[in-house]
Amino acid sequence: MMMIRLEARPEPSRLFRWASPLIAAAATVAIGFVLFPAMGRNPIDAFHAFFVKPVDSLYGLGELLLKASPLMLIATGLAAGYRANVWNIGAEGQLTMGAIAGGGLALALHDVESALVLPAMLVAGAIGGLAWAAIPAWLRTRFNANEILTSLMLVYVATLVLSLLVHDAWRDPEGFNFPQSKMFNESALLPNLLEGTRLNVGFIVALAVVAAGWLFMQKSYAGYQMRVAGLAPAAANYAGISSPRTVWLGMLIGGACAGLAGVGEIAGPIGQLLPSVSPGYGFAAIIVAFVGRLNPIGIVFASVLMSLLYLGGESAQLNLALPSAVTGLFQGTLLFFLLAADVFIHYRLRRARRIAKAAVA
Amino acid sequence: MDTFAQLVILTLAAGTPLVFAALGELVTEKSGVLNLGVEGMMLVGAVVGFMVAAKSGSPWLGILAGTFAGAAVSMIFAVIALSLLANQVATGLALSIFGVGLSAFIGLDYVSVVIDGIKPLAIRGLSDLPVVGQLLFGHSPLVYLSFVLFAAVRLFLERTRAGLVLRAVGESPHSAHAIGYPVIAIRYAAVFFGGACAGLAGAYLSVAYTPLWVEGMVAGRGWIALALVVFATWKPWRVVAGAYLFGGVTLAQFQVQAMGSSIPAQYLSMLPYVATIVVLAIISRDAVTIRLNAPASLGKPFHPAA
Repeated sequence: MMMIRLEARPEPSRLFRWASPLIAAAATVAIGFVLFPAMGRNPIDAFHAFFVKPVDSLYGLGELLLKASPLMLIATGLAAGYRANVWNIGAEGQLTMGAIAGGGLALALHDVESALVLPAMLVAGAIGGLAWAAIPAWLRTRFNANEILTSLMLVYVATLVLSLLVHDAWRDPEGFNFPQSKMFNESALLPNLLEGTRLNVGFIVALAVVAAGWLFMQKSYAGYQMRVAGLAPAAANYAGISSPRTVWLGMLIGGACAGLAGVGEIAGPIGQLLPSVSPGYGFAAIIVAFVGRLNPIGIVFASVLMSLLYLGGESAQLNLALPSAVTGLFQGTLLFFLLAADVFIHYRLRRARRIAKAAVA
Repeated sequence: MDTFAQLVILTLAAGTPLVFAALGELVTEKSGVLNLGVEGMMLVGAVVGFMVAAKSGSPWLGILAGTFAGAAVSMIFAVIALSLLANQVATGLALSIFGVGLSAFIGLDYVSVVIDGIKPLAIRGLSDLPVVGQLLFGHSPLVYLSFVLFAAVRLFLERTRAGLVLRAVGESPHSAHAIGYPVIAIRYAAVFFGGACAGLAGAYLSVAYTPLWVEGMVAGRGWIALALVVFATWKPWRVVAGAYLFGGVTLAQFQVQAMGSSIPAQYLSMLPYVATIVVLAIISRDAVTIRLNAPASLGKPFHPAA
């Protein structure tokens, strides 16, 4: 017989709501201490190479925030949907579409020197991502089609559209036949924020969006309706909160944020269109949203942690000759531990015998 | 060999991984558990199957290892979603993300390795028969295994007591619990079976179908398998029909290219994904049919005291 049972808490534990991400992060690091020796690396050296070395310089700190920017941006958008039980998992595709829309504009306006090029690209990117997210929203509201599957299928389609463009119509004629576009003009690039780093204005945009996301979810009526729809769908229905509208809002906000992040990548560190414009930020942001408790401030911290996992993976490859795929492994592990630790928000452990006694009494 | 037989053989070969994965997920979902980790389990099955086949020189050992690897990672999902009552959607996503990372990580040294795949059946006399020879006796042995799996799943779900109990658990876990059935244990078994099938599907791809290992080689087939279960409104024979339909769609891309068409490859590669979206929308439009056929407790955690 089971000796330990889960007993429902009368109230969800606020302590565990916030302790659980920390437990998950600590457990993921602990896994690293097991994994690295197993691969014949000194765990202390590995820890240093993974978590310290990437950020022990100003440049490194800049990289940390540079990579955290798209993650917090996308996660904020996804969190709006997740709170309303709208499961957009296709942010990677919406990011790609945003990059295509913004990048296409940058190429079209290649000879235009204007301060308006960049804002126009950001808007185009947001619209591109939003339009791509509108497809699963429409399919869900009009045809009842599961948005998890449709939004994910569209990731593959978006990647293929981008591949088509950089192999053909938008290929740089002077690019030695490589599948890539021209390098963007200076006026299509996000200005640098901090000398000696690659950190750019995109970070400020991301922070602004996170703040706006918080205002929307916590202070606006539409945000309130979405939270109710997520917590108690039946009650929301009685109260006349439109479920299609919730789906539309949840998907479109996520799509616009992801599209914006796509422009941030091509107008930032990349500077052109390539067959791949993101190392899986759209999927990593799902984890960021959960680890950040679907809360903007939590998401900012979680995005920095996730960014460190990316940098750590690159550094481990350079310094320890470990495959950078270790990042993906840690990402999945982190989410597993988080979900496991989350059980203590709603339940506590009880020895089975005590329950029996209580029942008799 | 005539083209028709060739086409049938290729379609079945392309549809078989979907048959395996979708039948496994069907059984899992019939118990009321939604495991979105199929893509991840298939990747782990593919990489482990390939590694074992390469190391041991035996493709069959690889298939077996891949099957077990898929089942093994499905148990991570089971512990978190069934015992620790986590959200099944999030846990399944985690399993897919984990599987992508894990398979890329452990498979790195095997990317350009060449192995002996599994040869199609060749029964002297029978396979050489005109017209029907290749059609009936010319497939990979694993294609026949998928037929067996289909028959077994169908019999199990529709004709056995155990299958009835599994379905009862999926429809109303609290009633099943009240009569004394071990709901959580049954769901563990269903998830294990789904994981094994996904692992087998992945190993089929890397050991028999291609045979090679490339990062992310499952290429969304796990998600298509999930969609297939919905298309099929949770009926095994429709799962199989849908799997071959999608096998045919995947195939079209190679056929058109082989004919020297000037259509860029990317358009054709989009076909299976676009087709999935379109068919999903058409089938889901009938919300009532979906609701009546979906296991009533699908995706909901079960806690006896709740």
